[in-house]
Amino acid sequence: MYPSRFRYEAPHTVAEAIRLLAAGGDNAKVLAGGQSLVPLMKLRFAAPELVVDINNLPGLSYHRADPDGTLRIGALCRHADLERSALLAGTQPTMAAAAPLIADPIVRNRGTLVGSLCHADPQGDWASVVLSLGGSVVAEGPDGRRSIPMTDFVTGPFQNLLAPDEIAVEAVIPAAQGERRGGYLKLERRVGDFATVGVAVSLETAGEVVRRAGIALTGVGASTIAASAAAAALTGHSLTAESIAAAASAAAEAARPRTDHRGSAEYKRHMVATFVERILTRCSAEPAERAA
Amino acid sequence: MTGPGVAGQETGAYGAIPRKEDARFVRGQGTFVDDISLPGMLHGAILRSPLAHARIISVDASAALAHPKVEAVLTGADLAGRGLAWMPTLSADVQAVLATDKVRFQGQEVAFVVAQDRYAARDALELIAVEYEPLPPLIDARTALAQDAPLVRDDVPGRADNRVFDWNAGDKTATDAVFATAEVRVGCDMVYPRSHPAPLETCGIVAASDAVTGRLTVWSTSQAPHAHRTLYSVITGLPEHKIRIVSPDIGGGFGSKVPVYPGYLCAIVASMITGRPVKWVEDRSENLMSTAFARDYHMHGEIAATADGRILGVRARVLADHGAFNATAQPAKYPAGFFHIFTGSYDLQAAFCEVTGVYTNKAPGGVAYSCSFRVTEAVYLVERLVDLLARELGMDPAQLRMRNLLRPEQFPYTCPTGWQYDSGDYPRAFALALDLAGYQGLRREQAERRARGEYMGIGISFFTEGVGAGPRAHMDILGLGMADGADLRVHPTGKVVLAISVQTQGQGHETTFAQLVAHELGLTPDDVEVVHGDTDRTPFGLGTYGSRSTPVSGAAAVLAARKVRDRARLVAAATLELSPDDLEWLDGKWRVRGDPDRGAGIAEIAMAAHSSLELPDGVEGHLDASAVYNPPNLTFPFGAYICVTDVDPATGEVTVRRFIAVDDCGVRINPMIVEGQVHRGLADGIGMALMQAIAFDENGNCLGGSFMDYLLPTALECPSPELGATVTPSPHHPVGAKGIGESATVGSPPAVVNSVVDALAPFGVRHADMPLTPANVWRAIQGRPVRPDLAVS
Ligand SMILES: Cc1cc2nc3c(=O)[nH]c(=O)nc-3n(C[C@H](O)[C@H](O)[C@H](O)COP(=O)(O)OP(=O)(O)OC[C@H]3O[C@@H](n4cnc5c(N)ncnc54)[C@H](O)[C@@H]3O)c2cc1C
Repeated sequence: MYPSRFRYEAPHTVAEAIRLLAAGGDNAKVLAGGQSLVPLMKLRFAAPELVVDINNLPGLSYHRADPDGTLRIGALCRHADLERSALLAGTQPTMAAAAPLIADPIVRNRGTLVGSLCHADPQGDWASVVLSLGGSVVAEGPDGRRSIPMTDFVTGPFQNLLAPDEIAVEAVIPAAQGERRGGYLKLERRVGDFATVGVAVSLETAGEVVRRAGIALTGVGASTIAASAAAAALTGHSLTAESIAAAASAAAEAARPRTDHRGSAEYKRHMVATFVERILTRCSAEPAERAA
Repeated sequence: MTGPGVAGQETGAYGAIPRKEDARFVRGQGTFVDDISLPGMLHGAILRSPLAHARIISVDASAALAHPKVEAVLTGADLAGRGLAWMPTLSADVQAVLATDKVRFQGQEVAFVVAQDRYAARDALELIAVEYEPLPPLIDARTALAQDAPLVRDDVPGRADNRVFDWNAGDKTATDAVFATAEVRVGCDMVYPRSHPAPLETCGIVAASDAVTGRLTVWSTSQAPHAHRTLYSVITGLPEHKIRIVSPDIGGGFGSKVPVYPGYLCAIVASMITGRPVKWVEDRSENLMSTAFARDYHMHGEIAATADGRILGVRARVLADHGAFNATAQPAKYPAGFFHIFTGSYDLQAAFCEVTGVYTNKAPGGVAYSCSFRVTEAVYLVERLVDLLARELGMDPAQLRMRNLLRPEQFPYTCPTGWQYDSGDYPRAFALALDLAGYQGLRREQAERRARGEYMGIGISFFTEGVGAGPRAHMDILGLGMADGADLRVHPTGKVVLAISVQTQGQGHETTFAQLVAHELGLTPDDVEVVHGDTDRTPFGLGTYGSRSTPVSGAAAVLAARKVRDRARLVAAATLELSPDDLEWLDGKWRVRGDPDRGAGIAEIAMAAHSSLELPDGVEGHLDASAVYNPPNLTFPFGAYICVTDVDPATGEVTVRRFIAVDDCGVRINPMIVEGQVHRGLADGIGMALMQAIAFDENGNCLGGSFMDYLLPTALECPSPELGATVTPSPHHPVGAKGIGESATVGSPPAVVNSVVDALAPFGVRHADMPLTPANVWRAIQGRPVRPDLAVS
């Protein structure tokens, strides 16, 4: 790879990283797993003057549940950690379904969930998953920490709400109200492909009734789409053929796909409905995961 | 010759031995072009056109030249000053080395920067200012001959349209007569989309020009080093004996490393100008966007038959998209390659095809990706047609094929377009494939699944290739006849060095050729060192592509070994004080007839030949020999493939569940290497059938310029193939071998497509063009198939 010239720093404390970013301003970039930033630099689509590698920052590799069930994912927790996580397998069906569908094993060994959220690629899988779960991102800057709901965090394609001197230190998934069900389905032209269409569905149920629903769409808009009307079609109802069909068609309506070499807009919209229906049908048939 | 080297029946030096070259490859100790580093070496980078069609108003390289690490910048004008702005292509057209007048495809070479390191070279590209006047691009090949089509090649004086050639083969009158009276006729439009061989090692060169000796040494990714040497001499005017081409370890070629690319010439000129070695290695996107693509055939095929399923004739009309320059690498006489072998494996009465080549604003190329000179396109056409005919007749496609396959007693068989198939037992290979697949059981399972609303497909393809070009009277590239040489040196201790004109890019020549020679001389493969890929150390020949190494150069190696063996007999007779007639070659030694314990092997005889022994007449000294092989005919490998798929009609996703491949490539010298070639080709075929295409948008932007969009299949898309073999030796090859390098690439795409179309039969789908991506399959089910060569419509 032949990137443009850049300066490289690998600080050992968050404070130092923030100082470096503040000094670098708009021309500085955080490097986490490097699985999105490095390809962009290789192609010279990105040419930061300063790269601040955060891989030496201590204590950010975790993903853990608080006693109340809140899930926290540190900035250096890799896709592969989540793929192999016993914690997610039991408590977070949407996340557990998505992790193995991201890229390939090599990319998963390096790439991070928080980095994926920051990258704000409309085809990134984690943003939909976190959006469907009502999650948020914790940012740390010179003035301390703040929490940014996922609904606000992404401001456009490849754009987020972080200030140039802020680092995203963790992602937070709130505790479930009831039992979690859900899933993630992704259409790939080949294993390791970015999503032609991805659908995240996260439900919290009490008995047969859906208390909270989140449906989010990957790859069918300028950024990740929260299909709120589709979610609303489920909230307060049980999963029946009718409610499932209503959610599927509302989600398809929320999609804003474009025709490209992966498929026509019409096909992608159809895939949104198909995936919503498949996930919900499976949810209605399977026993719920234990509440987180 | 002793018995054939079939798996499990290993004789002599043949058999599934591990590859000699792997010892260095598995240790990471291969030497590829990019591993070569010379003192004082500079690095080149190419500025490429962002536009598909534009007039060049100006190129200003002054800022790049002012960069402290830049040593030189070449533009089209600089090359024009040396008469090198254009170069001949392998199809006797010309191609721009660096654009002077216009750019004619996205990614075309515009300027070449030479700098002290790779980073500086890339930085300097951004400092070159090119002013373009955009022109309307010609993207859709089907409009290339329209009155108002943009003219791509206005560099050629007097050229008024975009036609490259019109060509035909077969008997039109006879074919039309067969079609006029046939009970059943079926036709179909099909596109074999543009694809790219995408070798994992991209193209590159290190050029070192020595002003003192006048020598030019080139290390490059070349499948045809000798042909490149001659071409460089013709293009630059350098005397040919002062040029040395070294093709070191090569990371895949598949035909894309046969042509000479503009970057090679730029590096050579830059080395001459700077007096220093210059390295240029393309990146992945440059490789995918500018080097030889494959296929891009828009075909209309028709098949005629009797109502009870006897195939009578085929005809085809083809529009061939050649891109901006006609740079296909194939025998000069055949502008459509060997496409006219499209009569396939069937006994039919008449055939006729016409092919029109057109220029478009796309990268040049066309013959690459293991296509056996367009046999891929031919096999795809006829095997799709046979399936369409089966559907029309309501016949099982296996039964229809079995009824029409050529019978063993018809060989040698001359097909209606003139090819003489050397040997074959088609029904035997087909029966074996059906048996391995459990064909009847699969059909039962399909019926059961259909009843449950599950869509399973069974696809068959039976192919015949013509490989091993070729008889020099008919086959040449730029006037160079397609014969190949082999030199054999026998050292006094009986160890042997074989120098060959062909060049491995992963096919395992260092092993197979050692086995060929060892087998003839009673040695082990370890006794034979194979030298290849260096024009100073090897005899002339046209290189490795079109599955020609074993059929042509392998034959030369065997003939050279047999000369050694014949001479060894004279020497052995002298040492034993007997007449040569008293000796017979038995179990790897010259032995006394009737007294087989007395005799001598090559090692003893070689020592004698180098000793003070008085040598008999006909032996000047030593045992060395050489041979040049001019093949009397092509060899015609064949095979029967069966692909089982499962299709999800709601998403359009296709899963290849099983792939059964029975190949007959004549005698198998190293069955493991043969199977490796088949494995690779099956992956190629699954890639092409399901996911690969180089498509363009309406502005001529290439939509397949990276591995994110140009998809290579992985182990997860390719089932573990189930292989079978039959052995029908070639009657004219010295050991009965035929080529195998391309069989599976040629034979597998129609099996996959036939399988998917079979799965979709309940939806009324007759045909769908490759690549059968989920989106394209879904559109086919909707009855609105897409055109895969353009941006999705
Ligand atoms: C071949 C390949 C296939 C892929 N396929 C998929 C796929 O199928 N699905 C998918 O979702 N992704 C895919 N990816 C992307 C991958 O998931 C990345 O890992 C992810 O998008 C970014 O995470 P990262 O840690 O690698 O971030 P980096 O590449 O290091 O950074 C990405 C961007 O986020 C910023 N950033 C990262 N971390 C922080 C932080 N903590 N605070 C502030 N800013 C930060 C960086 O400055 C940069 O702008 C693929 C990547 C590759 C190379």
